[in-house]
Amino acid sequence: MLSVKNLTVKVGSKTILKDFNFKFKKGKVYALMGPNGSGKSTLAFVLAGHPTYKIDGGSLKFEARDIGGLSPDKRAKLGIFLSFQSPLALSGVNVFQLLRLALTKQKDPLALKKRIDKTAKKLGIKEELLNRSLNEGSSGGEKKKLEMLQAAILNPKLLIFDEIDTGVDIDALKKISQFLDETKSGKTYLIITHYNRILHYIKPDKVLVIMDGRLVKSGGAKLAEEIEKYGYEKINPKT
Amino acid sequence: MFRIPIPEFFIHMQDITRSALDFEYKYGFSMPSRYTFRAKKGLSEETVRNISQIKKEPNWMTKFRLKSYDIFKQKQMPDWGADLTRIDFDNLYYYIKPTEKQVNSWRKLPKEIKETYDRIGVPEAEKKFLAGVSAQYESEVVYESFNKELKKLGVIFCDMDTGLRLYPEIVKKYFGKLIPPHDNKFAALNSAVWSGGSFVYVPKGVKVGLPLQAYFRINAERFGQFERTLIIVEEGSFVHYVEGCTAPIYTTDSLHAAVVEIFVHKNARVRYTTVQNWSNNVYNLVTKRARTDESAVMEWVDCNLGSRATMKYPSVYLYGKGSRGEVLSIAYAGKGQHQDAGAKMLHFAPNTSSRIISKSISKAGGRTSYRGLVQVMPGAKKSSVFVSCDALILDEESRSDTYPYMKIKENDISVQHEATVEKLGEEKLFYLTSKGISKSDAEGLLVNGFIEPVTKEIPLEYSIELNRLINLEMSGSVG
Repeated sequence: MLSVKNLTVKVGSKTILKDFNFKFKKGKVYALMGPNGSGKSTLAFVLAGHPTYKIDGGSLKFEARDIGGLSPDKRAKLGIFLSFQSPLALSGVNVFQLLRLALTKQKDPLALKKRIDKTAKKLGIKEELLNRSLNEGSSGGEKKKLEMLQAAILNPKLLIFDEIDTGVDIDALKKISQFLDETKSGKTYLIITHYNRILHYIKPDKVLVIMDGRLVKSGGAKLAEEIEKYGYEKINPKT
Repeated sequence: MFRIPIPEFFIHMQDITRSALDFEYKYGFSMPSRYTFRAKKGLSEETVRNISQIKKEPNWMTKFRLKSYDIFKQKQMPDWGADLTRIDFDNLYYYIKPTEKQVNSWRKLPKEIKETYDRIGVPEAEKKFLAGVSAQYESEVVYESFNKELKKLGVIFCDMDTGLRLYPEIVKKYFGKLIPPHDNKFAALNSAVWSGGSFVYVPKGVKVGLPLQAYFRINAERFGQFERTLIIVEEGSFVHYVEGCTAPIYTTDSLHAAVVEIFVHKNARVRYTTVQNWSNNVYNLVTKRARTDESAVMEWVDCNLGSRATMKYPSVYLYGKGSRGEVLSIAYAGKGQHQDAGAKMLHFAPNTSSRIISKSISKAGGRTSYRGLVQVMPGAKKSSVFVSCDALILDEESRSDTYPYMKIKENDISVQHEATVEKLGEEKLFYLTSKGISKSDAEGLLVNGFIEPVTKEIPLEYSIELNRLINLEMSGSVG
């Protein structure tokens, strides 16, 4: 459903992602792992269409459509969702307002409100968080849960989770992973993470390892365990 | 204070709709200009006398006008705020009487005037939630309605000319006492040629539950509107007065120079809300001032969206001990606009407190200036001052300046001052657009979020209108 072909990405004059090739299949769970600064978040941003991340070569195809030139909102409309590593605080804007604008199809605000309330309950989001400025003064876990809430309401096809497990305590992580696991049917997940931690709760079909902007290795769930045991240095692209 | 009990999340529900995003200044239409009398173009002593004669005013008012005209001629143009060099005083009409007499039914208005107010939505608002409505068209209030129960309680709500005719003692006691003609050039001009505006009197112990609204419309080209408003609220009473204003789009300039004086007596409270949405060919130069007696409260909610240039600094003179003044201000400047707005707080008595919250937004080359003065006189002990001004700049061409003046002549007080300038961040826009919101909707959402601390203070109907207007302005300059 998503095909990344020879993708090279620049920020300013610096090349971050180099000749990245991979085909993501529908309904699968992918884990993208790599050390700090290896280009994991860059892939997330370039998929979502961040204007700072410029495609310098190669192509991005989503459901056979070239999306490299599309604005972020158009990509979202096609079914791509990015859950942010550090969701931004928006003064005076609550999650209801955001979702109401994002959902063109949902005409009835009351029905939307009900859906939001129900999903929030499932995720264990306190009611007052829904009426407050989004992500303002919220804990790491709360912020990530609010991202999950948006994902659930927007119902995308491809979900990119950029470090959903950082800054989150163990209870929140369990809740989030459980929720992801329950709702994964038919969806494609790209879970970006440093550690194996979240992968204990949600088993990836495939693990990709990225180092210095290049995809160096891919394999089954076992690969994540090896990384946990031996660290990234021991990953040898040749084996 | 009146509030409609609706859950908070509803407030912004109707406002931000994509369908509303095809930009057009909705009120820019004009009607054929008919009138029963029009003073000849330009300003002279003759024009001033003429206006006073037509209104059959008492002698003291004619004298007051003529004296004010002299002061106007002597006063310098203010050169420290917006650029006013294009104002051509000789090329304006100073008085237009649109209808023979005032009516109290919309149906009795001439067709084009009724249609104007229908399109603006005044009769509709009146039905829903207002205690009284006054509609000024050019120089005169052409329509007025007022709740009978309130009338029985002794509350007065009428146009200023009628106020002068029916209640000369009250008017003489207060008129021009807070803003004398020599205050500034445009106060002098207003004092010379004033017409229309509201006269509000609330007797002791009466709380007016629903707002009174005045609606100001300029229709003619090259016109000057000079309404004069006087509000007196006696001990322990309350009133909320709301004004809105619009005008057609012309290539020529018009001028709006109002004077508003408010007297808030002991333990009384007044809230004055303005949603200024003049077309971009109107100079809006307004003097607004309130005086508070002991433990009284004055609140200005001042929203400036329209006009070419606005200079307006609602003021509170805190005369009585323990009285409180507040200004909540929103300014939006788009292409070719300069909003030079702010507030003045003068502490004369002990235990007085003032709070200024200003939010300004500039976009597409627009310019906003926050200009504020806080003055604490010797002896105003234990007073407290809070000033917070935030500016949001949406692009590289736009500009925002802050001129906060503080003159503190008393040591035993507390002062807090905060100011921020921020640019609408690409990261926040990306965050929202990546969730499927278009760029212009995202901008609108962020801007509405930015002004939310002020809009939440405004009655529901107005905050919806304000959010909608800001969205219109936002989307307009994107396309």
